[in-house]
Amino acid sequence: MHNAIERNTGLLIFGILVVASIGGLVQVLPATLDDSLGAPAPNVVPYAPLELIGRDIYIRESCSTCHSQQVRPLLAEVKRYGAYARAGEFAYDRPFLWGSKRTGPDLLRVGGKYTDAWHRVHLQDPRAVIPTSIMPAYPWLAARAANAGNDIQARLKTLRALGHPYADETIEAAPATLEGKTELDAVVAYLQSLGRFAVADVEEHAGH
Amino acid sequence: MTAINNGVEHYEDRIVAAFTFCSIAWAILGMAAGVYAAAELVWPQLNFGLPWLSFGRLRTGHTNLVLFGFGVSALIGTSFYSVQRTSHVRLLAPKLAWFVFYAWQLTIVLGAWSLLAGWNGGKEYAELEWPFDIAITVIWVAYAVVFFGTIARRKIAPIYISNWFYGALIIVVAMLHIVNNLALPATLGKSYSLLPGAQDAIVQWWYGHNAVGFLLTGGFLGMLYYFLPKQAEQPIWSYRLSIVAFWAFVYSYIWAGPHHLHYNAIPEWVQSLGVIMSLVLLAPSWATMINGVMTVSNAWRKLKTDPALKFIVLALAFYGLATFEGPMMAIRSVNVMSHFTEWTIGHVHSGALGWNALITFGTFYYLVPKLAGRPLHSTALANAHFWLALAGIMLYVLSMWAAGLSQSLLWLSLDDLGEVRYSFVEVMNAMAPYYLLRLVGGVLFLAGTVLMAENLRRTFAGARTLVVSAPAMVPAHAAALAPIGGTP
Repeated sequence: MHNAIERNTGLLIFGILVVASIGGLVQVLPATLDDSLGAPAPNVVPYAPLELIGRDIYIRESCSTCHSQQVRPLLAEVKRYGAYARAGEFAYDRPFLWGSKRTGPDLLRVGGKYTDAWHRVHLQDPRAVIPTSIMPAYPWLAARAANAGNDIQARLKTLRALGHPYADETIEAAPATLEGKTELDAVVAYLQSLGRFAVADVEEHAGH
Repeated sequence: MTAINNGVEHYEDRIVAAFTFCSIAWAILGMAAGVYAAAELVWPQLNFGLPWLSFGRLRTGHTNLVLFGFGVSALIGTSFYSVQRTSHVRLLAPKLAWFVFYAWQLTIVLGAWSLLAGWNGGKEYAELEWPFDIAITVIWVAYAVVFFGTIARRKIAPIYISNWFYGALIIVVAMLHIVNNLALPATLGKSYSLLPGAQDAIVQWWYGHNAVGFLLTGGFLGMLYYFLPKQAEQPIWSYRLSIVAFWAFVYSYIWAGPHHLHYNAIPEWVQSLGVIMSLVLLAPSWATMINGVMTVSNAWRKLKTDPALKFIVLALAFYGLATFEGPMMAIRSVNVMSHFTEWTIGHVHSGALGWNALITFGTFYYLVPKLAGRPLHSTALANAHFWLALAGIMLYVLSMWAAGLSQSLLWLSLDDLGEVRYSFVEVMNAMAPYYLLRLVGGVLFLAGTVLMAENLRRTFAGARTLVVSAPAMVPAHAAALAPIGGTP
């Protein structure tokens, strides 16, 4: 049989395509069709405009290179970071930002752990608050307007097309809510939003 | 240059030289970015408060330059070289092939610029934003047309093994790239994934793991299957083993992605399948390694005189090491220790430096003298490069292994009251000596690469590109290989 495959270009291409597709069809495709994986947990809501801008800046600066957002169900990890991650928390995360490396700590539950003021200092001069920190300083965030690209509505509309339930009023008012805010404000708002779903989620589970 | 002189076809080799030298340039630039990023982890002041120089952006630039600049340029170039020689014909549509060259190099330049400027899709090893994703798709289709078109008009009936692997690279990477980058654009430099959260993660690591599988493993195995027998002047040890290993490789690699998401918020059955298939993967990986080592087994003496072969044999050793380590790290109880730590970085670099870079260097040391039509400028320099590279890898990989193990042991350590024993900052502080050692390793490896660039530049400089003709078949040879379209 291989005699035929190795003598026919079309057959070789077809063979590779079929054999390489099996795993994806059995393992990956069902996951992409499984709505229970993509559906939001009951208390999960989309990011507010300022938080969304902050999240997009987090992506722009590749923060997920060094910070994971994925607390594993291991005792030491839950002790250190808080409740472990559940799929329903990430329904409005496009793309997902779980990361693959912790050069810095996990940030999934960082919201509320520090004050806004601490974050502002830390982002602009990490070594002012943690002397041995190896994180880069991000001084440019404070100097740029959060809606400098004037594209917040385009961002929100794109996400709405993907199923994020943004109301017309939210989209309409978005540029106004970003008025006078800097990128630093946006990143701080995003960081403070992280973890807000976990608490309610745990309470809900405790109630059952 | 005309394609046909006196009825004889000439191979299109200038494009091979062009890809080779661009690949080397990207290697130096990409590794330099990596070295600088490593230095930033030792001295964070080196970020200088500049957006494009900050660690996150620079590291993304580093991975893209070495993967897609250095790696893919080397793969396309060597596939064009070997597909002509294993098919006994000139490349199909050389103009289209040159389009692939220029368009790919332009994509690398603009892509690197866009990443440093902050355009970032946010998915690891697929960070380039949607305009680039579309450009890459078009270029890749053109590459497929040239490659498979050349095979289709070959004069030798069997399609040689190296071409199966290069072929699998082209087909599967196309599939992965298109599916993983499905996104809705919001602006020119910003798009949002079609799938959310956990689903996005599963698709991403199906892509991420198989970009490693079909690009860094499959593609470079294509390189191995052509250039190793050439250098060793020995036929492949077992043709049958290469058939079995090839199809087992294509089948089983694709399942292993979820081992990047152990204990993450995805279904357990998906993770478990990932573990099993990662362990299965050891068989085809080592089958190929054994096939390679046995192919060299009658030519060990050549290692004394031929620096190119030395690189390729060492690459095989690291290939065996990395493809053993990978399945071990896919076991969940081991993964608890390795995930999120420097061990991952060590594993990646034992593969990327030890396997991918070394086999590419070995291939270039063989290829450039062939293209220049004269011997290598300096064997001594090549030997110096060999030892610099080996020392660099050892420092890099050993320091990251030690760092990763320390990290996970310290992170997971609980005191008598059941609380975490060490703060995150304490563990981070413990990494400092390892980061410094890793930086030294990276500098040594980069220094070796620079030596190679100079050695190969001198080998090539002033030489007229050799015009190599497709061989005319002698009847006995031709009959044995059962040529298509009658005896020429």
